[in-house]
Formats: sequence, C-alpha cells, structure tokens
Amino acid sequence: MTLATAPQGAARTSILTARRLGKVFADFAKRPLALFGLIAILGVSIAAIFAPLLAPYPPGEQFFDGLTLEGAPLPPNETFLLGTDLLGRDLMSRLLYGARTSLVIGIVANGIAVVIGSMVGVTAGFFGGIVGSALMRFTDLMMAFPALLLAIVLAAILSPSLWIVVLVIAMVNWTQIARITFTETRSLSEREFVEAEWSIGAGRARILFRHILPHLVPTMLVWGTLGVATTVLLEATLSFLGIGVQPPTPSWGNIIFESQTYFTSAPWLVFIPGACIVVLALGFNLVGDALRDILDPTQKGRF
Amino acid sequence: MAAYLARRLIQAILILFGVSLVTFFLLFVLPADPARQLAGRSATIETVESIRHELGLDRPFHVQYLRYLGALASGDLGRSYQQKTNVSTLIAARLPATLLLMVGAIFCELLIGLTMGIAAALRRGRITDQLLMIVSFVAVSAPQFVVGVLLLYVFAVNLGWFPIGGYGSFAHLVLPALTLGILGAGWYARMMRSSMVDVLRQDYMRTAKAKGLKPGVVLAVHALPNAILPIIAMIGIDIGIFMSGIVVVESVFGWPGIGQLAWQAIQQIDIPIIMGVTLVSACAIIIGNLIADLIAPLIDPRIKLR
Repeated sequence: MTLATAPQGAARTSILTARRLGKVFADFAKRPLALFGLIAILGVSIAAIFAPLLAPYPPGEQFFDGLTLEGAPLPPNETFLLGTDLLGRDLMSRLLYGARTSLVIGIVANGIAVVIGSMVGVTAGFFGGIVGSALMRFTDLMMAFPALLLAIVLAAILSPSLWIVVLVIAMVNWTQIARITFTETRSLSEREFVEAEWSIGAGRARILFRHILPHLVPTMLVWGTLGVATTVLLEATLSFLGIGVQPPTPSWGNIIFESQTYFTSAPWLVFIPGACIVVLALGFNLVGDALRDILDPTQKGRF
Repeated sequence: MAAYLARRLIQAILILFGVSLVTFFLLFVLPADPARQLAGRSATIETVESIRHELGLDRPFHVQYLRYLGALASGDLGRSYQQKTNVSTLIAARLPATLLLMVGAIFCELLIGLTMGIAAALRRGRITDQLLMIVSFVAVSAPQFVVGVLLLYVFAVNLGWFPIGGYGSFAHLVLPALTLGILGAGWYARMMRSSMVDVLRQDYMRTAKAKGLKPGVVLAVHALPNAILPIIAMIGIDIGIFMSGIVVVESVFGWPGIGQLAWQAIQQIDIPIIMGVTLVSACAIIIGNLIADLIAPLIDPRIKLR
C-alpha cells in the first residue's frame, strides 16, 4: 500500500554539523512564526517546571470560598485569577500543574514513538530481506487501524495512569516515523557515498552509524517535533473522554472532561484549558514546520 | 488494471485479516472481562462462569479466534453481548448517520480549506497570506472536542442558530460536520496554497496572460483546475482521519453514528461490536487509500499504478 504521507524522492538532507546548526539557528530566528512557537513551548515548559512556585494555591485544595453560595464555580476574579472549578479548586493552579502532564506525555510518549518507529524503519530499510518486509507489512497493518479508536480501546481497558497513557500513545504513533525513516534509509543506502564506503570495504556497522543514522537526524528532529503536537492532542482527547490521566492529577484534557457538561454556565472551565492545549500544540507545529522548511526544502508547505 | 485491482484486493483481505487478529488478540490479553461486565456487580462467581462459558470466552485463544474468523468469512460479525442483536444490524443502522457526517465534513473542509488556500496563494507574501496560514496552523492544532464545544457555545447556546445536539435535520448536521471538517480545512489550506503557488509559476500561466486573456479567465480556466486536482486525490487519505475523529465528535454532539456505538461498546467491553467497528473502519481506510491511489495517475499520468 502506498501512502501519500510518506515523503517522495531521495533524502536530500545532509548531516547536521556544528557549522550548519549555526545556520539553522540563524534561519530559524528570522521566522516570526517559528519564534512564536518556540516562545509558546518555552512558556509552557517554564509553567510546568516551576508550577509549585508559580501556582498561587495547591492544585488539589478545595476552597470554601471557591464556590458561590449555590455551590457553583466562580468566574475569574481577584482571588482566583482564572476562576475556580466545580469543586472550588483554583483553575490557574490546576492549569500550571496540568502543563506538567501534557509536556511529560507529549515528549516522553512521542520520544518512545520516534525510537520505535526509527528502529523499525531503519532496520527494514537498511537490512531489508524477509525481516525488513515483514516489519513494513506490520507497519502498513498498523496504519490501517483507526489510531484514535485503537488508543481508546487500549486506554479504556487498561486502567489508565500517566504511564499507561504514554505507552498507548507510543504504540499507535510510531507508524508514520517508521514509514518515513524506511523510505529515507532505502534511498540513502543507494546513494553514491554509501556505495563508495562498501567498495572500500567498510563494515555494516560503520555505514549504519557513521553514514545512515547521522543523515536521518534532521528527519527525526522534524517529525519528532511535529509528533509532539499530535501527542499532546491525543492525550487531551483521551483525558477528555475520561480514559486518560485520571483526576485528581490535573491534565488539561481532564479539567475539560470534569466540567464539560457545565460549559454553558462555566465556559472558562472549558475554554481556558482548551486554549492552553491549542497554544502548546501550535507551538510544536510551528517549530516543527519551520525546522522542516529549513532542514528539508523538498517538503516545504506540507504538513 | 484488473491485475492491479486483484492484487490490491488480496492485500486488503490480508490487512483486514491482520487487523482482526491484532484486535482480537489485544482484547484477549488485556485485563478486560466481558462476562463480569455482563453479569453485573452483584453476580456470583458461578453466574459469571456460566456466562463466560455461554459466550465461549473460556476457550483457548486460537479456538475463539478461528470461530470468529469462520463466521466472518460468511459475513457474520457475531452478536453483541449487551444488546443481543447482530453486530452487522447494529452497524448497518448506524452507518448512514456516520456517512452523512463524513460527507458534510468533506464538503466543509474542501469549501473552507480550498478557499483559504487559493486566497493565500493569490496574496502570496502579503498580510492576508500570513494571517490565513496562521489560521490554518491553529486549525490543525485545536483538539476536535474543544472546537466542537466552542461551536456549540457560540452558535447553538448564544446565537441559537443551530440545535445543541442530536440528529434528524440539516441544521443538526452543520456544527458536527464543521467540527470534523476544520482540522482537514487547515491541512487543505496549506496544500492548496503550495499547489496553487506552483501552478502560478508555470510557463503556461505566462502564456495565457501574454495572449491577452482576462485575469479572471486565466485563473478559472488555467490555474484552478490544475491546482485543485492533486488536492482532490487526498480526500481518500482523509477517511482515516475522519474515522479517528468520529468517536469524539459524535460524543460531543450526540450524533447517533458508529462512533457512539463504538464508544458505548468500549465502555461495556462488548467485544463483537468493538471488533465489528474496527473492521469497518479499517475497510474504510483501505478503500480511501485505494481511491487515492487510483485517482493519482488520472491526474498526473507520470504516476504509474504499481
């Protein structure tokens, strides 16, 4: 099965030397959207790392004066800057701690997916043979699964915890990376410099580690970054369905899950965490897209 | 062509076989107990065991799987544990709603995405272009449940233009279709822009202008058809994305499609329905990919069917 998401043509990226890295940074700094994305990512990271210092209250504390006399949550006000939730907890504190959940899952789950995906893709592309085609047939098979449905089935049946969510997301998200690294490894293996290495008697390990893998770094960097956006959205979706990270651990998705039925009377409980999710995913998409434009001009303008 | 289709058909059957095996295996090894779920909390161990035996869940994996596969080969998707109805009947009853939602979503994403992409390409490098591209980035970065609830809040609750959820009329379709379509619209906007920019650079565009055609005619006759065709081929690929989105969107809007059926079945560990919906979704994805691959050479004769 041919998939249009796999890049066509030969890998034209080259190894990221220190000198080229400098150029990449200079090019990156000229793009306002990319810089905005970077600021968004850094902002959320700072919020996540310094949550205990930045949060005005403990995220789990239920305040007596956090609810109206009728027991409804408070809209944003002076004491509670972003309002309170249905249990009278400070929304801002929960959002700051929720940033940890989103970032940790986004980065770790996607990191695992990139590692699995590139191992499958490089093994299949470089060694080929029966093992290689079996691996790629399995990848095709996994791509025919509706990813979210599979993730929902897995997450709903396994009792959800942060690490289960990480594993579930990694299990459904590695396929695209596998396809891309497979195509690139194949085309790299046929390039002249690899043939030259073979002809002077270089071993497999040398070619793989000195030539193939370094050339894949830019691709992994680009798809690793874009994949974090997908992962953040997937985590939020699972938590929104109530099968992701479980309360009382705050996650932006489960804050919305807890309060979704009250969105008409307490819209801030849905839309402020929603905006946080958009900003974080947008940040990774913008940075990833800029990196792709810079590192791989042949893929310009595609998602 | 016939040989190609035959090979694709065999591939499709193998993939469906694989999908059924993997799903069945996952549901077998995961710590989910449909018998206990069905018996209820207060049931005795004997009741649970007798239900387990009745459903054949006490058999070894290969026996269960082969029995399922045998039924599947004759088109039987089994019976729902909870609803005591044939799964194929349940899916057939829900499928029209989901297909309607998909058609609506495809319409929305093409209308919004292509318009945005064309407008951006024509204003390339200017502020309109940049704004549209920012919007397209936001569209692909927004979780569907947030978009859905936002649309409900603005257009159903505050403005009262559309019903708050449910099924039955055109007005019910608008918001869920829009929610499902916005993600794709962001995607199409970017692809349409780059395709249009490529076309605008071609020599035949200069020729058309040089022979004195009006700018509107140049655009409508020479630019748009050439730029849109490659994008249309992508619709097939979208089906996979839709299949993933329907669970969330149908649950936000109370849309009675197979997404809701699946979500309910997952919560009740109703294995036959989970299997059935997964297979139907995989079929849809395979058909979508096939359509995309079949259209591609019609648009660009350099692409050969392999």
